[in-house]
Amino acid sequence: MFYRETGQFKTNYADDMALLPILQDRIGLGIILFVAYVIIPFFGNDFLLSTVMIPFLVFSLAAIGLNILTGFTGLISLGTGAFMGVGAYACYKVSSTFPDLNILFCIVFSGVFSALVGVLFGLPSLRIKGFYLAVATLAAQFFLQWCFVRIPWLYNYNVSGAIEVSQRSIFGVIVTGAKATPESRYIVMLVLVTLMTWVAANVLSGRIGRAFMAVRDMDIAAELMGIDLLKTKLLAFAFSSFYAGVAGAAMMFIWVGGGEANDSFNINQSFLILFMVIIGGLGSLLGAFLGAAFISSLPTILKFGLPAIGIPLAGATAEHLTYILVGGLILFFLIVEPHGLARLWQIGKQKLRMWPFPY
Amino acid sequence: MDILFKILIDPFLQMGSAPDLLVQTIWEGFVTGVLYALIALGFVLIFKASGVFNFAQGIMVVFAGLTLVGLYEMGLPAPIALIVTLLVMYVLAVTIERVVLRPLVNQPDIILFMATFGITYFLIGLGEFIFGGNPKQMISEQLYLPKGSLEFKMLGGFVQLQKIDIAAAVIAMIMIIALALFFQYTRIGRALRAVADSHKAALSVGISLNQIWVIVWFAAGIVALVTGIMWGARSDVSFGLQVIALKALPVLILGGFTSVPGAIIGGLIIGIGEKLGEFYWGPLVGGGIESWLAYCIALFFLLFRPQGLFGDKIIERI
Repeated sequence: MFYRETGQFKTNYADDMALLPILQDRIGLGIILFVAYVIIPFFGNDFLLSTVMIPFLVFSLAAIGLNILTGFTGLISLGTGAFMGVGAYACYKVSSTFPDLNILFCIVFSGVFSALVGVLFGLPSLRIKGFYLAVATLAAQFFLQWCFVRIPWLYNYNVSGAIEVSQRSIFGVIVTGAKATPESRYIVMLVLVTLMTWVAANVLSGRIGRAFMAVRDMDIAAELMGIDLLKTKLLAFAFSSFYAGVAGAAMMFIWVGGGEANDSFNINQSFLILFMVIIGGLGSLLGAFLGAAFISSLPTILKFGLPAIGIPLAGATAEHLTYILVGGLILFFLIVEPHGLARLWQIGKQKLRMWPFPY
Repeated sequence: MDILFKILIDPFLQMGSAPDLLVQTIWEGFVTGVLYALIALGFVLIFKASGVFNFAQGIMVVFAGLTLVGLYEMGLPAPIALIVTLLVMYVLAVTIERVVLRPLVNQPDIILFMATFGITYFLIGLGEFIFGGNPKQMISEQLYLPKGSLEFKMLGGFVQLQKIDIAAAVIAMIMIIALALFFQYTRIGRALRAVADSHKAALSVGISLNQIWVIVWFAAGIVALVTGIMWGARSDVSFGLQVIALKALPVLILGGFTSVPGAIIGGLIIGIGEKLGEFYWGPLVGGGIESWLAYCIALFFLLFRPQGLFGDKIIERI
């Protein structure tokens, strides 16, 4: 009833290939964008913007990146954290070497470095598959993390080894550094995420995306059909690492605002992003957002939710409970819906289409 | 030229000039390798029988060790604490099978892999909740583990062997042999091998998969307990130990996910290679290469054998 596509005819090829072929989807997206661009910045407080929304946007970018690799191309990677780190350090190097460059350009450009590193570590994927590959990508994780500590050139020979974020502005509005307001940082992040999601959605629904999915479903069959495995797999690694790199750069420059970077890009970060992708739903852009929203807001929810239901937040106990709860929730979600939150939305859509009739 | 000399020739000169140090390093690598192999063994047991890539093996090691020490601290005598810990591992195996594996039967591998992550987090929280997050001393004396060290005079120097390391190697060997015999000659062992070969065929001759999974997870739990005791006696029992699970992963891909001998030989290669690399080549790049060297060794081998040294040959059909 609410979600019926009846009467919406596709009269030309452009309609047929549209990203959102159904009117209701377009309206829904419009509402989401309106809320994100207008309502949240104007009515949300600083807490909502800087502790909830900005981390969510950063993580959704990283989750899109990993989803391209794991969900669409079927290559499991446990090195996302390190690729994010490459982005962050590249952004730091670029922005400190060329101080006049627009910071937004620096952030996006740092993704290119990350993509190059990703291609390098993607090379084993041609010969190694499945979990063997997953473990092989751990080599990237540990090696790159080691580089972040041991190569002082990467952090400009700082004594502290930390990334320092200088103050930068776009069109006269300060967006990075200590003086940037949460609103401006949020808007920059939002623009970045919107543009990159739009690009990803288009690429993934086009020839390249279909090649990815063919490789995921069966790489030998894909090769027989004329898909160049070397090119496709490396492209997936490049594409995915690009997103991860941009996410890492944005994380350091827009969200955290510098500091000891090595810890932010450790193996736990990689696992966290893999969680997001799987809990959100493999092979779905919407899933990347849902997963990122769930996992990134979980610490905040537990931090403020536990005292609300009467469990005092006294140091160690709460931390242990958080672990138990996170573990339990992951298991719960996997058991209830192994295909992720995106599948729940699919089911919901079907229900809305039929409503008020059961079938 | 200088750098080439430092990489290619100098380390070997060092080895030649101080053979006792070389032996000492290899021995240390060997013991670490044995412990890696034990963790990898837990992985392999579970992977063979249920196809689950069990990331939780590392935390099971910590959890088993913690339970043992925690029970002892609560006043149980050491042998009883050991038995109760075994019971706890059994309950854990049953619970995991009932709560996690059974509802997730037939799901893609990566989902099960993620589920073991959930287990990992859960066990970290639970362990800290019950026993506290502080490192604990392993009760090695009460378990009659030897202390102190032996010194050998050889090759113009001294080689020092910790008795606990020798004990670790011996116990690991005994356990591996016992497992091999169990697999080879008992009814349950035969059933386990059948399940490892083919789930469907095993089901069709009346082997209960659920039962087998409990047994396998319990066996992995026992292996974890032994590893926990050994590793805990060498350093102490803390949650930092779960990092060694990550060290066991290159061992796995090197040896092959499905091969018990692979896990052992892979563990030794990684253990010795890592220590030698760290000791002789590490200083060239500022040290700390232990964290990734193992992965590079494993990757190098994988380039030639994508299924690991002893893994089942990967046959792909369309």
